[in-house]
Amino acid sequence: MLLVYCPYCDVERAETEFACRGEAHIARPADPTQVSDEDWVNYLYMRTNTKGVYAERWRHIHGCGRFFNAVRDTVSDRFLKFYKAGETMPDLEAIAKEAGK
Amino acid sequence: MKRYSFLELAKNAFSAHQNWGRQWRAPEPKAEYDVVIVGAGGHGLATAYYLAKEHGVHSVAVIEKGWLGGGNTGRNTTIVRSNYLWEESAGLYNHAIGLWQGLSQELNYNVMYSARGVMMLAHTVHDVQVAQRHIHANRLAGVQNEWLTPEQAKEYCPPLNIEKNIRYPVMGAALQRVGGTARHDAVAWGYARGADALGVDIIQNCAVTGIRRGQNGAVEGVETAKGFIKAKKVGVVAAGHTSTIMDMAGVRMPLESFPLQALVSEPVKPAFPCVVMSNTIHAYISQSDKGELVIGAGTDQFISYSQAGGIHISNHTIDAICELFPHFRRMRMLRNWGGIVDVTPDRSPILSKTPVQGLYVNCGWGTGGFKATPGSGHVFAHTIAKDEPHKINAPFTIDRFRTGRLIDEAAAAAVAH
Repeated sequence: MLLVYCPYCDVERAETEFACRGEAHIARPADPTQVSDEDWVNYLYMRTNTKGVYAERWRHIHGCGRFFNAVRDTVSDRFLKFYKAGETMPDLEAIAKEAGK
Repeated sequence: MKRYSFLELAKNAFSAHQNWGRQWRAPEPKAEYDVVIVGAGGHGLATAYYLAKEHGVHSVAVIEKGWLGGGNTGRNTTIVRSNYLWEESAGLYNHAIGLWQGLSQELNYNVMYSARGVMMLAHTVHDVQVAQRHIHANRLAGVQNEWLTPEQAKEYCPPLNIEKNIRYPVMGAALQRVGGTARHDAVAWGYARGADALGVDIIQNCAVTGIRRGQNGAVEGVETAKGFIKAKKVGVVAAGHTSTIMDMAGVRMPLESFPLQALVSEPVKPAFPCVVMSNTIHAYISQSDKGELVIGAGTDQFISYSQAGGIHISNHTIDAICELFPHFRRMRMLRNWGGIVDVTPDRSPILSKTPVQGLYVNCGWGTGGFKATPGSGHVFAHTIAKDEPHKINAPFTIDRFRTGRLIDEAAAAAVAH
């Protein structure tokens, strides 16, 4: 079981308090009527599914209920960074390099 | 290929079984093949076998990063069934059931397919309705599946607890008698031996590091740890690592890879006659011929390539097993492990051509690929050889996520299966 840090509550808690909500920084199209089928496919279904350093959304469902983002190495499952929703995507390559990946 | 028979067995007994010989070669890769299959699991080896056997394509290499059958083929809970909801799925999985029934004879290799029956329990009113909807849909699609009352279920599987005083009492069950189990390793080994005898090169311990595409975008071959291998066609059958491999060709996939766990107990005398599954409280259990209880748990909630799941996931399953089968409460578990399963948004597989000419993909089997191994290889070989899908796998394209013609087994089963 993972230990997850909630940047809003400023606590580290067991994974069972949280729900993982998949890849982070997938922006909903601003004007859905102008989106092509291909772009809908990319938005709805296509995922990077990285083997390595990956940014994903978590939600503190049994705590504050808020969404936040985390960077995690999907090979070791080690968390490398937590940050609040709305913050820009960190440089994953730099984080990977720092973690020695 | 040395055919296995009673006579061979008797003959080899005289030399204390020291002279059986290798079941397949360990060749160095040639410079060029007609078809390269990436991944020597059950599906990949079956694809190579049927390419050679049914389509006359003998210049085939199966390239494997580890050892053959060492991924999900060697890690699953060996359940075989075909009682899926939608007609498309029924066609695909029933095709596999048909092949399972003659597979040991076909391969001259005992895959130990045992049609001991797969019983899926219903614990709530919703479960009962869903199960009966499945049974009716299956009947119309020509798939065998029947409804059992709790008493009938207990008669079929005596260890089952049908008391009303548990948290989720058994309200009935759907039984597919033709379902059961098979020996997972033997399936990989049988296909490997059969394919090898037909001229297929199985190259183990050789990671694919790139997919080379030409000026016109078509596939030219694969870069590997043992150098470049030229190929007219490349079939990717890499389960949890499909996204990684397809990324080498610049193709994005609608997949997420999760760890799925299984565990086995100490071996005991035959005590459990069939396969029992419960989607609602999430437990799968059967007994192997060696005597171990084989138990399947769920997936973790996050993407991972670690081949190890969270302990709370397997605990959850053990809780359910203990409640349904109280006399297993004192059993000790020997081993648990995880495999990386590639899950699609609609929980149905992808057996498809891709936007890249000469590149084919067989993936997305999620938590239930073993049962389809023969059928999957059979129709995927057809897809590669003819450059068009077999009518059975025609609906299982990548393009279905654009057209919206999903095969929504996710909603149908309410859990990953």
